[in-house]
Amino acid sequence: MNITLKVWRQKNSQSQGNLMEYKLNDISPDMSFLEMFDVLNEDLQKRGEEPVAFDHDCREGICGMCSMFINGRPHGPQGYTTTCQLHMRVFNDGDTIYVEPWRARAFPVLKDLVVDRSSFDRIVQAGGYISVNTGSARDANEIPIPKEVQEESMDAAACIACGACVAACKNASAMLFVAAQVSKFAVLPQGQPERQLRAERMVAQMDAEGFGACSFTGACSVECPKSISLDHIARLNREYLGAKLTSNNV
Amino acid sequence: MSLTGLFLCTFLIVHLAGNLQLFKGDEGRAFNVYSHFMTHNPVIMTISYLLYASILIHSTMALILTRHNQASRPVKYAYQRPEANSHWTSRNMGILGTILFIFIVIHMRTFWFTMHFGPIPMVNYDGEEYKDLYTVVSAAFSNGLYVLFYVLAMAGLSFHLVHGFQSGFQTLGIRHKKYSPMIEWIGTYGFGVLIPALFAAMPVYMFLKTHGFIG
Ligand code: HEM
Ligand code: FES
Repeated sequence: MNITLKVWRQKNSQSQGNLMEYKLNDISPDMSFLEMFDVLNEDLQKRGEEPVAFDHDCREGICGMCSMFINGRPHGPQGYTTTCQLHMRVFNDGDTIYVEPWRARAFPVLKDLVVDRSSFDRIVQAGGYISVNTGSARDANEIPIPKEVQEESMDAAACIACGACVAACKNASAMLFVAAQVSKFAVLPQGQPERQLRAERMVAQMDAEGFGACSFTGACSVECPKSISLDHIARLNREYLGAKLTSNNV
Repeated sequence: MSLTGLFLCTFLIVHLAGNLQLFKGDEGRAFNVYSHFMTHNPVIMTISYLLYASILIHSTMALILTRHNQASRPVKYAYQRPEANSHWTSRNMGILGTILFIFIVIHMRTFWFTMHFGPIPMVNYDGEEYKDLYTVVSAAFSNGLYVLFYVLAMAGLSFHLVHGFQSGFQTLGIRHKKYSPMIEWIGTYGFGVLIPALFAAMPVYMFLKTHGFIG
């Protein structure tokens, strides 16, 4: 298939970027979107041009690196997929495809399609952990956890921190991401000791990073490759309000 | 935002219940007696100050929130398809709210201001003098353009609350498999359809009445 790409090119975080047009011929419909970009970059290199910088790592939908805003949506038109899992067959011959980086104040563009998502790391460092004794492995069923509780936690823990929620949100809000991090521990016994501190610290860090506020459009959950539910945002709000009202941290 | 918004929602119910007396067909007696009560009862008067404060806080917070959220994405996308993942109403609460704010200002100028500061005709029921707000209302709604403005503003209210009512609960963390479907239903059909429709019916009814289309 033949396609036209409009790709955001930007030299570095200081420079102004712009959309550049590239035409690609004889693209296999079985290629993944990233493989199509590999072909583009080979072409560019042969012509002596700078290849397009883009993030990727596992190429199997688990690392969350492959951030691309494709035709107006994070990770493209197909639901519950990362860019590496998106295939060219969902497009039509002759299509023009727009590819832009995630856009958010807290995700500055480093180069082309690569953005700096270390704001997410700092939010996790602020409270996305539990304290346990390391050493020998603990007995498997030492702490009984009902199956549905464990599943609720796992649904939140499925977050791969890709940032599609922020990219999709009209407010560039990170609520779904933070909700997933808070929620996965809040429901488990292991998460109880740091429960209040976690909600307070992670929300404070989220605000400090310059993300917007949630207005419940639901775009994040629709675009989330792991379809993390808005239920977790409600839980985060409960955790946060509860902690603010009752914790001893002034 | 959610507390003031949901407080405004409860106010809407009371305001609607009272104003439905316009439909009584008693030349406005019930309505005038009700208006007199609302402007003289100390409890109601206290709540009304809470209401004015709520409107101001809600609008101010809305402005701050909207500006903060816009600043969170300084560089916009060249091509975006938000309709693929969210409803139009949820993305335009600021615009819908602004329509409501303009409406509230004009609405209060026409009725609230006249009721408090006049000039307003008086009417006598069983030897007691009442301000005849009913006559003011019929006069205002004999103007077709004014009626149209009200109907459009109520459409704005409908869209604001279809999203806003549910959103207010979400903000407070109230979301549950058992109760959320009910909240959604009330938000969509109660606050999104029934209440705005009944409010919109009043100016239309008064217009038809003053122009002799109905008795
Ligand atoms: C009859 C009057 C009004 C009612 C009953 C009402 C109700 C609500 C409710 C329940 C919410 C949801 C709160 C939340 O998500 O936390 C909301 C949000 C909001 N309202 Fe209102 N409101 C009214 C008037 C206004 C006015 C006059 C404005 C603006 C000047 C406004 C602007 C907004 C904005 C911007 C939001 C934020 C939601 C978002 O960004 O998605 N509202 N409103
Ligand atoms: S490259 Fe790892 S999720 Fe796409």
